[in-house]
Amino acid sequence: MITELQEAKRMAMKIQDPVETLLSIQDLHVWYELRRFGFSVVGHVKAVDNVSFDLAEGETVAVVGESGCGKSSLMKTILGLNNPTGGRVVFDGDDLSKLKGEGLRNYRFKIGYVQQDPYGALPPFMNVQKILEEPLIISGMTDKTERLSRIRKVMTEVKLHPIEDFLHKFPHMLSGGQQQRIVIARAMLREPKLIVADEPVSMLDASVRVEILKLMRALQESHGLSVIYITHDLSTVKYFSQRIFVMYAGNLIEKADTRRLLQNPLHPYTHALLAATSDPDAANAESFKEVPPGEPPSLVNPPKGCRFHPRCSRAMVGLCDEKEPVDFEPEPGHLVACWLYQP
Amino acid sequence: MNGASQLLEVKNLKLHFRTQTGIVQAVDGVDLELDFHRAVVILGESGCGKTSLSKAMLRLLPRNVASYDGKLFLKGKDIMAFSDEEYRQSVRWVGMSLVPQAAMNSLNPVLTVGDQVSEPAMLHLGVGKAEALGIVKKMFQHVGVPADFINRYPFELSGGMRQRVALAMALVTSPNLIILDEPTSALDLLTQANIMNVLKRIKHELGTSFILITHDIATSSELADEVAIMYAGQVVETGEAREFFPAPLHPYSQMLMASVPRLRSESDPMFITGQPPSLINPPKGCRFAARCPFRFEKCDEEPPLIQMGKRKVKCWLRQ
Repeated sequence: MITELQEAKRMAMKIQDPVETLLSIQDLHVWYELRRFGFSVVGHVKAVDNVSFDLAEGETVAVVGESGCGKSSLMKTILGLNNPTGGRVVFDGDDLSKLKGEGLRNYRFKIGYVQQDPYGALPPFMNVQKILEEPLIISGMTDKTERLSRIRKVMTEVKLHPIEDFLHKFPHMLSGGQQQRIVIARAMLREPKLIVADEPVSMLDASVRVEILKLMRALQESHGLSVIYITHDLSTVKYFSQRIFVMYAGNLIEKADTRRLLQNPLHPYTHALLAATSDPDAANAESFKEVPPGEPPSLVNPPKGCRFHPRCSRAMVGLCDEKEPVDFEPEPGHLVACWLYQP
Repeated sequence: MNGASQLLEVKNLKLHFRTQTGIVQAVDGVDLELDFHRAVVILGESGCGKTSLSKAMLRLLPRNVASYDGKLFLKGKDIMAFSDEEYRQSVRWVGMSLVPQAAMNSLNPVLTVGDQVSEPAMLHLGVGKAEALGIVKKMFQHVGVPADFINRYPFELSGGMRQRVALAMALVTSPNLIILDEPTSALDLLTQANIMNVLKRIKHELGTSFILITHDIATSSELADEVAIMYAGQVVETGEAREFFPAPLHPYSQMLMASVPRLRSESDPMFITGQPPSLINPPKGCRFAARCPFRFEKCDEEPPLIQMGKRKVKCWLRQ
C-alpha cells in the first residue's frame, strides 16, 4: 500500500513541473570560534560564508571544491550536526534551527549519509547485521522480523547477494566496494528523502568506482531521491548530477547545470579546476598544466573582495580586491560570483 | 647482454610473504625494463602488488619474506648479487631512491625540513652539513620550494609543499632513478597538477628516470613514457604510452581503461565484475581468466609475455 502511494507520488513528481523544493538554504553562515587559552574569542574560521541554494525533490547536485573550502562544514550543517551561525536551512518544510529533541531526530532520519572512507565509517566490532540493525532499533523499530526484512530489502537494493553470506561478516572481511555498499545500505535504511554523499568513491579503485556510482544513480532514480554529491573529482560529476556548485574558500562561486558548466565554465577558478583534470592521454606528458599560483586562503582572514583574486590572472585592480562579487547571471540559470560578468 | 643504455632491468622478480593463512605471492615473476631519462607508470588496483614491487626493487623487505628472487640489473650491474651492506651503500639513495606512499606525512615533526633533506646527502655523498644544505637549496629550487623553508618544520608547510620536500629528499643524492609510490593520491586537484608539473620539469632538467606507481590512470598519463599494467602480482602488459592509451591490448587493460570516467568525452564508463583473485593460491592459468569475457580453453595454462612490436602482453589472444 505504502509503496503504491510512493509510486504514485513519484509519478506525479515526474509530471509536475516545477517540482517541489526539498531543501532550501538561505544566507547560510557556519563560523567556528577561535579561542585563546579556551576563553576569549580571537576570531572566526569562516568555513561557510553566505551560501544560498535550493534543491528540488529528486534532484542531484554536486558540490565541487578542494579540501578546506568548506564542503564538509556545509554537509554537516545540512545533516544537522553543526549549528549554523547565521541563515536558514529549511528541509521538507522544517526549519532546522527550530528543531529540538525528537524533531531533530526525525529530521536526521530523513537524510542519509554516505561517508568517504567506508572502512572508517563501519564499526569494526559489529557484523553487517548489527551495523544495519542499529539505526532501526534507535529509530524505534522494535519488531525483529520487521527489522530483518527491512535489512534484506536494502541489501537487495545495493546488490549484496547472497544476503546470508554477508549478514555475519565483519567489515574487515569485505572488499572496499562491498564496504561502501554496506554504507549505502545503511544510509537507505530509513527511506530518506535526501542522501548526502561525501566523496563516496574517492577511496575506491577505478573499476569499483564506476560500479558504486552507477548503483547510487540507480537508487536515486528508482526512489526519486535527492542527492548532494560532494567531490573534488570533476570527471565523475557528469555521470551523476544535474547541477554543479563550485565552492571556493567558503563561498559558492558558480552554480549551473552540469553540461553547461562543463562546456562553458565562467569563473576563473572553475576554469583552473577543469584544466587541471586530465583524461588518460599520452599527449598530456608533453605539456605543462596551467595552475593558478598560490594556495587557497586562510578562512580566518580571507582576502578582501573576491577570495580568489590573489590567484586570479584576470583580477581587476580596484574592483576584485575591494568589493566582494555578487551572483551575476550571464546566461539563464548560470550563476557566477565574479566581477568579469558584471552586466 | 645489458647494454649501457639500459638503466634498470628486472627479470622474473618474485617476492612472496609468509602469513598465517598461507604464502602470499605479492610479486610473482615481474619483468620490466627502463632506459635513462624515461618514466614508466605501473598501474594496477589495490592489492595487485604494486607497492611490494617497489619494496622488492629497493630490497626493503619485511621479516615475513618467504622467497625473494629474480634478477635486478641497475646500469648493467647485477645488484641482486650485492650483499645487504653493498645494497645500502651503493643502490638505495645513490642508485635509486623512493618517495613512499603518504611521504608528506612521514616527515619527522621535530626536525626542520632542511635537516631531514640534507641527511641522505651527508650520509651517501660524504659531504659536510654546509655543503649538504647547499645541495638541498638547489633541489628545493628544482621542486619549487622557497629556499628559506629550510628552517621550517613540517607542520608549517601545506600538503603540497611537504610532498615537494619529500621529493627533494629523494633527489638530493642525484640518483638516476626515483620510485614514486602514489605521489599524488592524498592531494587536491590543483596541487596534484602542480606536483605532476614538478615531476615533468625534473625529468627535463635533471634527466631523472621515474617509476610511478599509481592507481590513478588519468593523472599517470601526465608523466608516462611507458606503461606497465599489473594484475594479481604479475605484469600483464607493457608498452609505450603513446601506443597503450589509445589501444590497450590485454582484456584487463582494456576494461580498466574503459572504467575511467572522462571529462572530455561522452563515453559511458564500464566496471569490471568480480574481484581480483587472492594472492594465496592464485588460479593456475591466466589470473584474469575468471573475469575475462574472452576466456577460452587455453586460458587454463599460464600465458607467456608475448612480444608485439615494442609492446608485450600476457594473453593467449595475442598469440
